[in-house]
Amino acid sequence: MKEDPGLYDYWPYENRPKITWPNGARVAFWVAPNIEFYELDPAVNPHRKAWPRPVPDVNGYATRDYGNRVGHMRMMRTLDKYGVRGSISLSTALCDHHPEIIELCKERNWEFFSHGIYNTRYTYGMSEAQERAMIEDAIETIRKHTGQQCAGYLAPALTHSDITMDLFAEAGGIYTCDLFHDDQPTPVHVRSGKKFISVPYSLEMNDTIVYVVNKIEPRRYGEMIKANFDRLYAEGADNGVVMCVPLHGYQVSHPHRLKAFEEALEYITGHSDVWVTTGREIAEYYIENCYDEAVADIAAKGAA
Amino acid sequence: MPLDPSYLEYPHRSYGMDHDRYDWSMLVDRKPVAWPGGKRLALWVNVSLQYFPLNQQGKPFAPVGGMTTAYPDLRHYTLREYGNRVGIFRCLKAFDKYGVKPTFAVCGRVAERYPYLLNRLVERGDEIIAHGWHMDAPHYGGMDEGDEAMLMERTLDTLRAKTGQPVEGWLSPSKSQSARTPDLLVEHDVKYMCDWINDDMPYNFRTSAGDIVAMPLSTELEDRFIMQANLHSESEYADQVQDAFDYLYAEAAEQGGRMLALSIHPWMLGQPHRIGKLEQVLEYITGHDGVWTASAGEICAAWQSAQ
Repeated sequence: MKEDPGLYDYWPYENRPKITWPNGARVAFWVAPNIEFYELDPAVNPHRKAWPRPVPDVNGYATRDYGNRVGHMRMMRTLDKYGVRGSISLSTALCDHHPEIIELCKERNWEFFSHGIYNTRYTYGMSEAQERAMIEDAIETIRKHTGQQCAGYLAPALTHSDITMDLFAEAGGIYTCDLFHDDQPTPVHVRSGKKFISVPYSLEMNDTIVYVVNKIEPRRYGEMIKANFDRLYAEGADNGVVMCVPLHGYQVSHPHRLKAFEEALEYITGHSDVWVTTGREIAEYYIENCYDEAVADIAAKGAA
Repeated sequence: MPLDPSYLEYPHRSYGMDHDRYDWSMLVDRKPVAWPGGKRLALWVNVSLQYFPLNQQGKPFAPVGGMTTAYPDLRHYTLREYGNRVGIFRCLKAFDKYGVKPTFAVCGRVAERYPYLLNRLVERGDEIIAHGWHMDAPHYGGMDEGDEAMLMERTLDTLRAKTGQPVEGWLSPSKSQSARTPDLLVEHDVKYMCDWINDDMPYNFRTSAGDIVAMPLSTELEDRFIMQANLHSESEYADQVQDAFDYLYAEAAEQGGRMLALSIHPWMLGQPHRIGKLEQVLEYITGHDGVWTASAGEICAAWQSAQ
């Protein structure tokens, strides 16, 4: 085990090269629906239990299943209303289980990126070959079912190895959502030396963290999203930033939660200098326009 | 050492669910349901009357709402008993004031220990469903099949004998089931169960003994979940229920009948500082013309006849 993951260098938020998003936008805003499949009786990983109760854990399983049966459509229609295309963090086995959902998202030109095969299959304990096989399986599944080349990664159930980023970059990926160290994209070191970056995804704005871990009230979640946006929108006048709201159909789409979220979404998309976009578009734009300058600035600040 | 190669094999990776209990379908794609009288929203108020033994075993997991301190946990034992002695009577007044028809999920031990309370409910004529033997007697994966059948029989026999009702609904303690629970329920003439919270409407669930209806009793909107697990305020509880109602009521206008499943606990909502919030939400909900207040069994039957 290492003291530091070695994925990025310290890089102070002040005095960075200016990022100017398309059309002079201050904030690149993206919404990342996690569309997940949890298995009722998954293969056992010796490093992490899938369910707190003995199989069948009806409570845990049904809670997640609600997202696909009920929640997805509500969330999708809400995003449609405000012109937001989702960037899907996808349990790629869902392409096989629930192709109807995949089709609906394809019709809307949403982005699909890898969130593993199932959210009940963890990276812990995998050999390099096994993790590579899992990553390649997910990328191939997305290609086969959607025609898209997978650009982004959010490790299944946020389980990583020391070489997760290396393997994903080698498989053709360009960005990760697994790092929460910044409000701007940053270069990420990978062993191949490829241009690979972190796109801010935000656990603080993630509805599961909000509702399950932090136990936040639904209306307060709406207020938090607006406050997060207000500050980033102000700072983005000086240097472009990224704001992401990660969602789950089994959290935000409950009938007592959607209204507050919708109000926040209406608020954000009602501002003029917002680039409503996807993870891939942010990553591609950054690598094309900002990456080299960032690397030089990080080196200069580190040397000083 | 790498993981066993089987960890990268996915035997159920194919269309639909990864089990054969129910069909995969999205709520929005199902045939719209018309409730009796052309109502938009069925209001299902489930009141759980629970018994938590002081000598809790907590096997294989501690019951939701159970004892937490070293023995004897008089604090939680009596707080839960408060619901059966005091809180329930405040709840009954609230239901009657607003013309709401509740459904009572009763533990077998409550029926056995508190005949006055059970008779009171029976005289009201409200539907009673089974809520397991007691809260520390869970149905769970890996439990002995014979033991589970005996536990279920004892619960159902007791409730049926003491209520004179057929007792056709079931809510497991802590909403926990074994792999066999749904099969056993049908074998014991139970028509619907409330443990699977994966939907906002009833749906059909397969068992080895024929189908049972899954009646999802929302946990996320439960009084205990909002105020005890999440520590949200009483006012927040009312806000969340009203927001849920508004959303479902509007959705019903576009997509057909919806169901608002309110799960409440007299030991939680029956406290003097909380009961007003139950009254507030019932007043709000029943102030809408399109609301059908009905028992779980009536909602289940109406849903079945609409299929």
